[in-house]
Formats: sequence, C-alpha cells, structure tokens
Amino acid sequence: MVFASASIGFHRFGLGPRSGDLSLLGDDPRGVLLDELDEPGIALLRGGDLLSAAEIITERHRQDRLPRGYLAAAIRRLSFFVPIDRRVFEAEVQARIDRALIVRTGLVERLVTFWMNHFVVETGANGTVRRTAAAFEREAIRPFVLGRFEDMLVAASRHPAMLSYFNSAISVGPNSVIGRQSGRGCNENHARELLELHTVGVEAGYSQADVTALSKVLTGWSYRGASGDDELADDYGCFWFVADAHEPGGQRVMDVDYPQTGLDQGEAVLSTLAAHEATARRIAWKLVRHFVSDHPAPDIAEEVTAVFLESGGDLKACVRTLLLHDKAWGPVVKIKSPGEFLWSALRALGLGIDVAQVARVLSALGQPLWNPHAPNGFPDHADSWLAGNAMTDRLDFAEELAARVRIDLDPLALTDAVLGKRCSASTREHIARAQTRSQALALLLMSPEFQRR
Amino acid sequence: MPPTCISSGSFVAWSRTPRTVYAAPRDPRMVVVILRGALDGLAVVPPIGDPNYARLRGELAIGVAGIGRILSLDGFFSLHDAMRTLHAHYVAGDTLIVHAVATPYRDRSHFDGQDVLESGMPGPRDTVSGWLNRAVLELPVGDQIEVARPVGLAISPTVPLIFRGAAPTLTWTPPNFQSASPDTQSRLLELYGEIDPALLRAFVEGREIDSLSGHGDVPVPRTKTAGPSFREAAEGAAKLLAAESGPRIAALVFDGWDTHANEGAEHGKLARLLAALDDALDGLASGLKSVWHDTVIVVITEFGRTARINGNEGTDHGTATTAFLMGGAVKGGRVVADWPGLGNSQLHQGRDLMPTTDLRAVLKGLLRDHLGVSEFALSQRVFPSSIAVRPLNGLIG
Repeated sequence: MVFASASIGFHRFGLGPRSGDLSLLGDDPRGVLLDELDEPGIALLRGGDLLSAAEIITERHRQDRLPRGYLAAAIRRLSFFVPIDRRVFEAEVQARIDRALIVRTGLVERLVTFWMNHFVVETGANGTVRRTAAAFEREAIRPFVLGRFEDMLVAASRHPAMLSYFNSAISVGPNSVIGRQSGRGCNENHARELLELHTVGVEAGYSQADVTALSKVLTGWSYRGASGDDELADDYGCFWFVADAHEPGGQRVMDVDYPQTGLDQGEAVLSTLAAHEATARRIAWKLVRHFVSDHPAPDIAEEVTAVFLESGGDLKACVRTLLLHDKAWGPVVKIKSPGEFLWSALRALGLGIDVAQVARVLSALGQPLWNPHAPNGFPDHADSWLAGNAMTDRLDFAEELAARVRIDLDPLALTDAVLGKRCSASTREHIARAQTRSQALALLLMSPEFQRR
Repeated sequence: MPPTCISSGSFVAWSRTPRTVYAAPRDPRMVVVILRGALDGLAVVPPIGDPNYARLRGELAIGVAGIGRILSLDGFFSLHDAMRTLHAHYVAGDTLIVHAVATPYRDRSHFDGQDVLESGMPGPRDTVSGWLNRAVLELPVGDQIEVARPVGLAISPTVPLIFRGAAPTLTWTPPNFQSASPDTQSRLLELYGEIDPALLRAFVEGREIDSLSGHGDVPVPRTKTAGPSFREAAEGAAKLLAAESGPRIAALVFDGWDTHANEGAEHGKLARLLAALDDALDGLASGLKSVWHDTVIVVITEFGRTARINGNEGTDHGTATTAFLMGGAVKGGRVVADWPGLGNSQLHQGRDLMPTTDLRAVLKGLLRDHLGVSEFALSQRVFPSSIAVRPLNGLIG
C-alpha cells in the first residue's frame, strides 16, 4: 500500500481541508473519502427556494405575460417582485456555497463538477439554459453521480436545459406529421455531440450517416413550452415526446438497427451507446486525467474501464476503484482549477463568500459558473490554468481574501493544518518570515503545495 | 446575475520581430482572429450573383429583395450589413476576402476541425504544437534584434493550440482585481524560485504582461462578472502590439459561431455576433492606427456551414467558408475566390460549399510575404506535408 497522505486526499479528490480536518483523520484519508460516497443523499441538493427547471420555465412564462406598460412598471417596482432569473441565480449559487463550505471532503462535489463538465450546457447559450443550467445539475447530474452512467445520460439528454442548448426541442423529422405540414426539419447539433462528447468519442469512428440518423432518432424530444407560446399546463417545462415531430421509420446508428418508431427508439440508442466499450474507455480516461494526471499509468484507466463494463456503468464503483488504486496517489502535478482554488482557499481560511463575489471571482479567474464557452467544457490539462497572468490574478485575489481573515489566526499553525506533511521547508520559511499576517496567508494560498493537487 | 456574454476572447503574442529581413525598415504586426464554432461564410459574404443562392438560403438569403440589406462588394459577392468596419476598409483597399476556402479537414467535428485549423497539421488530433508557434521559430532573426524574449498576453486563462509549442508564449487577461503588493509578489517569486520552476515561469510572465498592459495604474471595476467582450480583447491586443517594445504577433479567439438554429438574416443571432466581431476589428484598427501600414489582421474559422438552411432556420456543420484579411499591408479591395457554384452537383457531398482554396495557401502567402518565413520552412515545418499547397501570391503590398 502506497502512503496516501491526508493532504493529497483532500486537495486532489476533495475541496481541500478545513482547519482541523487533517489532524482528525490521521494519515489515511481513503476511509473518509469512501465513507462520503456512502452517505445517503450526499450528492443531492434540495431546498425550498430551489425551483425545478419546470417551475422556472413556468414562472418565467408567467412573468413574461405580465401586462406591459404602466401597470407592468408598477408591478416591477413592488419590493417583493424579484425577476425569476435573479431569484434563481441567487438561490442556486447560495446553495453551492453552503454545500462547498460544509461537506467533509468535497469528493462528491468534485464529481458533480466533473460531470457538469462532461454533459456541458452553457448559460451563455440562451435564456432558457441560463435559467435552468443549475437545475439541470440538480436534476440530471447529481442524482446519478454515484449511480449508473446510462441513467445520467438519459436524464441529461431529456432535460430542457440540454434540449434547449442543442436546439433539439425544435428539431423536427422532415417526414413527420409536423415536418410535412410545416416544411421544417431537423438539426444535427445534439446528435453529433451526443456521440462525440457524451458517449463514444470521435475516435470510435462513426460517420456522417450515423450523425444524420441519430439526429432523426432524437426528433420529437422536446419539453412543454419549448415554443414559448404553449398554454400553461401542469407539465409545463417538463420533457415531452412529440410523436408528430418524430421521424417515422427505423434508423441505423453505428452498425446497429433501431426498428422502434417512437421514444423507445432514442432510449434504445442511448442504452447501446452508454454500454459501448468506447464510452467506458473515454469515461475512465477522463476520470483518471481529471483527478490524477494528464499522463497517468495506463493500468488505472484500464481497471476503471473494466469496472465500468462489468458493473454496467456503476459510477460509484468506478470512483472506488480509482481511489483504491495506489497509482492514483502519485506525485502532485495538476494545478487546481479556479473553482478548486476558490473553495479550498475559503475552506482553509474559514471564510464565507457572497453570491456576487463567487460569480465575479470565478469569471475573473477563467471559470465562469455553468458557462464554459464551448460544448467540450473547461480545459482539464495540468497546465491549462497556468498560462499568462492567471497566477498573478490568483495572487491578487489571494491577497484580497487574506485581508478579510480574522485577526487571531496563526498562519503557521494554519499551514500545518492545511498542507500537513506535504509542506516544504521553503514554503514554511517564507510564511514564517512574512511581514504581516495577511501576507503570510496570501503566500500560503499561493504556495506550490496549495496550488497543486 | 450570471454573465450573458456570448463569447470569450483570448490572445497571445510574441515580441520577436523580423525587421532585419527587409531593406526598408519594416516592423510587421500580425493578428490572427480565430472564430470557434464554424462561421457561416455564405451568410457573411453572400454570393448574391449565384443563381442558386436565393433558393438554397430561403428566408436567410440576405441581399434578396425583402430579406435584408447588404453592403456591396464586387457585384457577385456582397457583405453582411453588420460588417461596416470591414467594408469601410474594403472600400479603402485594406480588406481582402477569400471565399470557398477550407483547411484540409473534411469531417464535421468542431474539435477535430479546430485542431487542424490551429495545429496546421494535415489531420486532427496531432496537437503538440500550433502553426503560429512554429512560424515564430522560423522568423528570420537579424543581429539587430534582441534575443527572443516572450512578452505574451492572452485573454483566456489557457493557451490556445495555435500557440502551443517550443517558442515561448504568454497569455493575458484584462485585470479584474487590485494588483497585489509588490512586496508579496517578490516574496512569492523567491519561493517559486526555490521549489517550483514551472510556477516561477508562469508568474514572471504574468508580471511582465501585467506591467506592459498597465495593470496597477488604473482602478479595477469591482462588479464585473462577465468575461471580456470581443472589443475589450481587441483593444488590449492592439495596445500591446502598437507599443514600441511590445509583441508583434497576436491571436484572439472568439467563441460562439455555432448557429444551428434561428441564425437570423439581417438581424438575429449571427448578425449580433458579426456586429461584435466588426466592433472588435474597429478596436484593432483604432489601436493599431500608428502602425497600420505594417499590420495584417487575418480572420479564420474551423469550417463553414451547410449550404442549405436546416429545418430550424439555422445551418449545420459544413466545409468551405470565408477568411478575411484586413490591414494597411493588405493588397485589398477585392474578393479572391475560385467560385465552385451552388448547384446541387457542385456542392461538397451534396450539402456544403465546395472548398476550392486551401486555407494553408492563404496563410503561407501571408507568412512568407508579410513576416518573411521561407517557403521551405512553411511546407516542411509550419504546415507539414503541404508542399503541394502553393502560397497565394500578391496578398501583401
């Protein structure tokens, strides 16, 4: 058994230790990481002020219908009237702040971030995605990060945020009832990324014909209210299979025939793709690259792939395999992403943060909330976050943060509590010699041991 | 509120200057603008003279009576109404448009397409280095020039593939925080120097960039949550390129061109993006005014979009598209195109504008005539296996 340091465990697999976490746990953090995986409901996020995507879409519809002109202006001035977009954003970010600061290790939150960067939606894409991206995370990602991959794939593919992001909701089979009446047709956006990004990957060798066929398979996948002018109903904002928009007839995708003619056709394709060996390999490799290194020993990814295939895509089993693999505890190389840096810094210093600050800092450091600017997500290479003035930006922020720390905090004690045995003599020396407490803390947050994981 | 921006910008640059290869004192600047997501070339430079154009483009056929205004170019091609700056420079002889152009990539994955566009390799997933980085290694270095010292900058926190490689590169983002105290900075430099050379290098570079861009001199807005706009990125680039001791080659990356649905004609999603791009070009042109005669801006994208409108008033991934060259050094005022036509049998695989010009020919002509990179190096190292792709002549001058 390789020595698995508590400090590596917290920084590499979690959101960083809070003061006291390392000493409580002794030297082997595997137990506490594995325990977190078994905690019931640990991945879920619920709360009275968190609305479902359907509720958000419905509420927005209502607010859009408020009368225009003088009366509308009067209503909007009432103090209790909060536009739905702002209400949603504030409640959602606040819930993430509360969660990130309170969890034991943060392993599950890291998994949520990982999967949100796999099933990417961008808030910058359009208003519906902007309003429902966080709900997408709660409804399509969180329930399955410790469950089955296929379930996540299905939930993500049916979610209004994803359907809106890929313009799927308006994609119509050209020979369907609606297609023939309206002359509308389909687009390939969702189909192509479903193959390339969500499942088998471009190296699996599918063709344009496969993309075209899958785009037809997915026609009819929509949600109530997608067109904006539907009448409000109980299921407004919910997934809705529009049979009249679905391309009739069977399809062939990646050498498999799908004779089904309805929603079950798409479900069958998703099921096949979720279990595909190429999917297993890609997911395993991405997990290992994210948590361990850009060039991991191949046997880690091979073991995770095997577990994925044997277990039918059991993601908890995959993560357990990764954590228990000795080579997953190798040298610290990767630079923390801006989000990992922000949460671990707040946890280390015992500081809170408000919603506006989180949004500002993450944008400034290059990882705006739920908005990665491309369907392949934020970069995940070790040096992705090292370029240019990224590090001076981090220092500027670290200094801003360190200035807020309460006055009785002992920087050296905190250094030991946060970095444990990984702290080098040089880092300790520079922190000890700092001329102010806040300078010492800024140096701690910027030390190589804190920046790398 | 979450940012509602449609894009991020990024730019990277080098300070290495090939001025000695020229008899006359020239000090060329080059800006590469990469549009990620696949620009619809047929929408931005509509071939209104092609008999099939109106039929293929349906409701999006701007320039057709009743659908939308256009800016006139040469009678056959016109320009989208949002591109006012580009058009003004066309009229002034500083804009050259290349149509029906494509990289050698013929499939339709954004990410593979971007790999080929930025790596300069014949195929995807060969992503060790980018063509612009390799071109920098080939710049003629004269004895008047100081040893290459990177003074780079990027408005994204990551290095785009086009810049990756052996030549030192830097990136820059507009400042969002108050600058940390110089004392803390120097202590951190000392610490990195002792135990982490990679962080040291990153931090030293970041400080140089910050000082070049004037960070620390100006108060930073505390409320900003959106990423930089196209124009902010462009103005940052221009300021640095125009500086006497600043970098000479830069690139900006603008995202968001993947118009699968509701692309719009004169107004709409694409028009808004084009207006933002045109505004960025104006920012570049204004900032580079003093060195305009030595400047080339080249705008490229990974591939084009389908010739026909899809079922959702948008366009899917296609093949050939347009590229733009703008700057005082450009021999402009014309559209360069070996026009393939838009008839069904003339389309690539029956669906896309057929590529008739290899984008590498454009870039090779530019790198040879503007920056002085040798043809041999261009065919062997900058764009490997491209000996059959001859550089386009007469782009510069």
